[in-house]
Amino acid sequence: MSGEKDLEQLKKEAAAKAKAAALAKKKAMAEAEGGPSSEGASGEADDLAKKKAAAVAKAKAAAAAKRKAMEQAEGGSGSDGASGDADDLAKKKAAAVAKAKAAAAVKRKAMEQAEGGPASEGDSGEADDLAKKKAAAVAKAKAAAAAKRKAMEQAEGGPASEGDSGEADDLAKKKAAAVAKAKAAAAAKRKAMEQAEGGPVSEGASGEADDLAKKKAAAVAKAKAAAAAKKKAAELGGSDAGVDAKAKAVAAAKAKAAAAAKAKAAAAGKGDSGAKTSEPKQPSPNQVYLDKYVKIITEHLGENVLEDFYINSLSKDVPTIVVSRSAYYKIAEFLKYNESLGFDYLSELHGTDFETHMEIYVHLYSYKNRQSVAMKVKLDREAPEIESLQPLWAGADWAECEAYDLLGIQFAGHPNLHRIMLGEDWVGHPLRRDYEPYDVEV
Amino acid sequence: MIRTEEMLLNVGPQHPSTHGVFRLVLKIDGEIIVEATPVIGYLHRGTEKLAENLQYTQIIPYTDRMDYISAMTNNYVICHAVETMMGIQVPERAEYLRVLAMELNRVASHLLWWGTYILDFGATSPLLYAFRERELIINLLNELSGARITFNYMRVGGVKWDAPEGWIEKVADFVPYMREQLKGYHDLVTGNEIFLNRTKGIGKYTKEDALNYSLSGPNLRCTGIKWDLRKDEPYSIYDRFDFNVVTREDGDAYSRYECRLAEIEESLKIIEQAAEQFPKDGETMAKVPKIIKVPKGEGFVRIEASRGEIGCYIASDGKKEPYRMKFRRPSFYNLQILPKLLKGENISNLIAILGAVDIVLGEVDG
Amino acid sequence: MDLKLNDLSPMEVEELKRNVLFTTLEQVKGWARSSSLWPMTFGLACCAIEMMATSSAHYDLDRFGTFYRNSPRQSDVMIVSGTVTKKMAPVLRTLYDQMAEPKWVVAMGSCATAGGPYVKSYSVVKGVDQIVPVDVYIPGCPPNPAALIYGINKLKEKIRYEAKTGKKVI
Repeated sequence: MSGEKDLEQLKKEAAAKAKAAALAKKKAMAEAEGGPSSEGASGEADDLAKKKAAAVAKAKAAAAAKRKAMEQAEGGSGSDGASGDADDLAKKKAAAVAKAKAAAAVKRKAMEQAEGGPASEGDSGEADDLAKKKAAAVAKAKAAAAAKRKAMEQAEGGPASEGDSGEADDLAKKKAAAVAKAKAAAAAKRKAMEQAEGGPVSEGASGEADDLAKKKAAAVAKAKAAAAAKKKAAELGGSDAGVDAKAKAVAAAKAKAAAAAKAKAAAAGKGDSGAKTSEPKQPSPNQVYLDKYVKIITEHLGENVLEDFYINSLSKDVPTIVVSRSAYYKIAEFLKYNESLGFDYLSELHGTDFETHMEIYVHLYSYKNRQSVAMKVKLDREAPEIESLQPLWAGADWAECEAYDLLGIQFAGHPNLHRIMLGEDWVGHPLRRDYEPYDVEV
Repeated sequence: MIRTEEMLLNVGPQHPSTHGVFRLVLKIDGEIIVEATPVIGYLHRGTEKLAENLQYTQIIPYTDRMDYISAMTNNYVICHAVETMMGIQVPERAEYLRVLAMELNRVASHLLWWGTYILDFGATSPLLYAFRERELIINLLNELSGARITFNYMRVGGVKWDAPEGWIEKVADFVPYMREQLKGYHDLVTGNEIFLNRTKGIGKYTKEDALNYSLSGPNLRCTGIKWDLRKDEPYSIYDRFDFNVVTREDGDAYSRYECRLAEIEESLKIIEQAAEQFPKDGETMAKVPKIIKVPKGEGFVRIEASRGEIGCYIASDGKKEPYRMKFRRPSFYNLQILPKLLKGENISNLIAILGAVDIVLGEVDG
Repeated sequence: MDLKLNDLSPMEVEELKRNVLFTTLEQVKGWARSSSLWPMTFGLACCAIEMMATSSAHYDLDRFGTFYRNSPRQSDVMIVSGTVTKKMAPVLRTLYDQMAEPKWVVAMGSCATAGGPYVKSYSVVKGVDQIVPVDVYIPGCPPNPAALIYGINKLKEKIRYEAKTGKKVI
């Protein structure tokens, strides 16, 4: 794709990327975990002109922000390398971006405090064509805003600037304040990523938000609504100071994901499972089934047979139950023979070596009720042993042999447990993470 | 007084009718099979272990080599799994191309099965007919992907290439031709008395057995269970097409034969509609990161391949390689019922029963 | 029996000139062997499908005098069409040993040649030449039927060349 770009664009992009990265990297160095995911994000940014523009805008915003930061004498250290050259061209764009950022910053609050967000979606009429382009940046800025709270905690300049923006109605001031925040935010983003599980998901979501014009428009509308809310929030002033910064970051991430989800809905896309994870108010359609299974199981077999249960949003919202080792067979039996469950089809059974433990994953299906369930059980890695499901579902026969062969999981009660793939004389279990070949290859 | 002795008979792994390196150890009493023990693993290549050190895009070629007779569906399942976990929306045009490719491949797969199955009974010419038509499909897919068997056509977020100019028209032209040939197939084989004698009532099992043994695809539908993931859990754009789920009631080898041939017709219907609805223009690739990183967690998706439901399980730790990748391979599960079916059967029915299961050893062994 | 050329009529001499040629017995054998290579029906993996396609309607390998025999005892070429796993290796060697001399091996596809995409796998033999001597390697994954036909023609060339020169082609 990059081959299609002309040289100029490439250069510009590279510069922008470098700048954006400069901020990120210092932090990333310190916090190794955050690094890869953020780099992935910046990688995404390359693909299309729009995304490029977004990245450029971001970098410029950072540059603009830096000067502000110099004035405030705080947080500037993070963006030293980035600032120098981007300013001149940036200003026009940065203005809009900053506005959006300011909006994003307050949006969180808006989410917390009032339902103003959805109501003001009607404002999207305001979103002019210029704004659309910038909206991509908005989405990014939101991601930044997630971490911002953290930055606030670290840099005292933050609250002050927020105060500014609250009072100032005119565009310029709002921009400036927001830019300052955004800069701090970028620096702090890494931390937020690390702390909030929602982080990567929401970032992915925000990346998606760039894609479509409609989504963008929605995001812009949102941002504007948020801007309105922000003023309110500013009036409320110090209320947020009492709240734990981490919690806020998480909340922010969620809000972002929600925004992305809404933008998608506006674009008439299919319901995205990724957004659902971080949106607690939007339960999966399969939640009722999970609740039902859990209720029936706990009623009949006791409270402590289930270690965990959740909707696996990455797996088409399949209700997933993690059962305790001792109750595994009992629950499997129950799942098959209970009238209202009736899981008569074993779709898949396999083991996984998670280094800390072994895990058996069983995907069951009920042709009667047309419902799926995933059952998982954790085993001791050193001596993995579990009852065989072969007496219940004959289809588990070979699957268990395979798990025995490749992972070394013993299935008690299996009529013919043998090394189905490799043969009995094979040494070791290849799918274990620490497998070393017995014979040396030529 | 006649005294018989049990005898061990080894079939395979090199046997022309096992369609690969499948081995059966039979304990026979005269001509009656007392016990059959399948031995598999002669083509176990460790794909799942290899996948742990490969990026997602790099794993796609390996899926081609699992079920090498219908590689497109395998391509799709891994792309679908990654897309589901990452929440990627595939562009419409790409979805149409995928469906066309998958259904063409399904037809090719069933044709190959048809030819070889009849060949197992000693009829050589149907194989030539089947390959004649299959070659046309392979040519179409070759134009699309650049390969004849191991296509490696799909990517996470879309397909590798757009269809070449005039390709859709060629596909549309193929459908009526294939329908015509299919009639010829029925004339040639389906009514043949020898064939009927050798398949009707052979290798029979019930609905309950089919479910219990985790059968899927035509092996399941031949017992009357109306279950097709394309219809019941629609993925891709299968909900836009009008087609039937083929079922038969008897659960014997002949009904499996009928199911597959009728499925060719249904696939042709889908191909026809997809070629009609094919969008004039549009992207063939969604916007995906250059390096695909699946969010931390695990996902399992299943789709309807030619031989049944193929599933893909990914456990990811957020890196660019999967932590664990596991394929639910339909042939592997379908083959499990074989010892039960063979027990008490005449040894001459062995090939009729084994052939009707429709296995691909690359898929059985993983 | 003596052959007196003097007694022959000019017409018979002409006939002789057209129909009698001098060669070595080895060359005749090489010619005969190469013209009817009978490979074993021995499918291993994906390449086997292309091998089937080669012998089927469109490519029709029979026209080159090559058609498949089901038993190793009756065949003189083994086309190793696919991945050889460690579990399969002893079986493959047994099959090779069962074949009558003279016999040749064609390694079809990159798996049989050197392990191919599965070269890093724990269960795959990195090239069938570790088990049996290979005469012709055909690259491709899987090779096109035309490539297989080309490979078989190469084998024919090789058989004839070896018969003519007495040199082993490696």
